[in-house]
Amino acid sequence: MIPGVFEYHRPGAVAEAVALLRAHGDEARVVAGGHSLIPMMKLRMAAPEHLIDLQGLDELRGIEIGAEIRIGAMTTQHEILTHSGLAEAAPIMAEAARQIADPQVRYLGTIGGNVANGDPGNDMPGLMQCLDARFTLAGPDGTREVAARDFFESAFMTTREEEEILTSINFARPTGGWAYEKLKRKIGDYATAAAAVQIAVEGGKVTAAAIAMTNLSDVPVLSAGAAAALTGTGCGPEAVKAAVDAMQADIDPVEDNRGPVEFKRHVAGVILARAIARAFERA
Amino acid sequence: MAEKMHLKLTVNGKPVEALAEPRELLIHVLRERLEITGPHIGCETSHCGACTVDMDGRSVKSCTVLAAQAQGAQITTIEGIGTPDALHVLQEMFREHHGLQCGFCTPGMITRAWRLLQENPDPTEEEVRFGMSGNLCRCTGYQNIVKAILAAAAELNAAKEAAQ
Ligand SMILES: Cc1cc2nc3c(=O)[nH]c(=O)nc-3n(C[C@H](O)[C@H](O)[C@H](O)COP(=O)(O)OP(=O)(O)OC[C@H]3O[C@@H](n4cnc5c(N)ncnc54)[C@H](O)[C@@H]3O)c2cc1C
Ligand code: FES
Ligand code: FES
Repeated sequence: MIPGVFEYHRPGAVAEAVALLRAHGDEARVVAGGHSLIPMMKLRMAAPEHLIDLQGLDELRGIEIGAEIRIGAMTTQHEILTHSGLAEAAPIMAEAARQIADPQVRYLGTIGGNVANGDPGNDMPGLMQCLDARFTLAGPDGTREVAARDFFESAFMTTREEEEILTSINFARPTGGWAYEKLKRKIGDYATAAAAVQIAVEGGKVTAAAIAMTNLSDVPVLSAGAAAALTGTGCGPEAVKAAVDAMQADIDPVEDNRGPVEFKRHVAGVILARAIARAFERA
Repeated sequence: MAEKMHLKLTVNGKPVEALAEPRELLIHVLRERLEITGPHIGCETSHCGACTVDMDGRSVKSCTVLAAQAQGAQITTIEGIGTPDALHVLQEMFREHHGLQCGFCTPGMITRAWRLLQENPDPTEEEVRFGMSGNLCRCTGYQNIVKAILAAAAELNAAKEAAQ
């Protein structure tokens, strides 16, 4: 099982990578960690004629912590999991990264690849929507920013143009309690259902919440209704039930080898209730 | 047929060269072009970890790395960790604690554990299980693999203390 024939490029600068994408159009793909793309290439579900390897672009690496958090697109899940500054500033990042794939995959798999891939099973897209992150894209005409909440169009389709490279991800330092809760059949599996929750609390009452669900639709689901159901409450059983009901109205799971629709809806509710409880407790 | 690339790698401390198509997988380059057959192919679909090698200080599944991506890399395989005459402590402990039965997963297991113990020399049992979760074994039920790794960590730490 090996990929089809391609020409390999390893550019040394973002501008050079963009120029290669521009020159080869839809015959070209970039490869980051390769842990979504190479399996697809082996199955010949992807057969780029030009493969542009981003590993030489040091400018796409690294984590910066200020009032804003900036993560370079080529930063690996392993780096996210082991970065002490990030663990303090945005602990939900490590909690989610721990639940992605396995150690070998996390050493190579990048946050940029995880979001640019647009696979509904990927965990970072929902988390990025929960954190209201912004993606920076570099293209032939310079750079632009797109909100994570506007980025995902349908399965494997994003608003990224073919000639653009995702260079970094920014989000404001989150406040309050957090939880990333995921049900998977085994370690290394994609989510049957996952929930990213951030909750700010003052005087025992929720002042703001953000809730996003993974693998329960062809795009991540940011549930404004679920967040609204919690706001102003002390996250008691009624508020949690209202949030779960609102979330279940927003998701649209399909039957597959992770289970039938009813099962997934049920699991989504259980996972969200657990995530809310943990986030509230930590707030 | 695509043009071949002139690959230059460092494998187990020695510079090596090979001609390979960019699309070949690192495991194929190692096994078929360089005749380094310690790393095994279990699934070829990124799931089992039998093909684990160490690349630039990271455990990777070499069935999911393209030859071209590995250009210039430093690679360590089970052959670079110990030899039949001078077993590594991990290999000794796998033998002593019955950390293997058929042995097919063992090169990947030990190569992964070797990196894990460098990053976390004194892991808890839970940390060993989490750190080894990319490697599957169809025989042992894992219990003795975990025991062997914990025993190797203890042994390595005792040796370090004795040296100080
Ligand atoms: C066994 C296994 C289990 C896994 N389990 C999970 C899991 O539980 N959860 C999860 O979220 N993921 C999982 N994954 C996927 C893994 O996290 C991937 O590494 C990740 O989805 C993609 O990151 P990458 O760097 O490997 O991207 P690549 O595979 O290199 O690229 C993926 C796609 O994104 C594009 N791309 C990559 N980087 C950029 C960029 N900077 N700009 C523009 N386009 C870009 C590529 O062209 C390609 O289309 C698993 C993978 C494996 C093999
Ligand atoms: S052969 Fe590479 S993970 Fe199974
Ligand atoms: S010892 Fe047989 S697969 Fe592990």
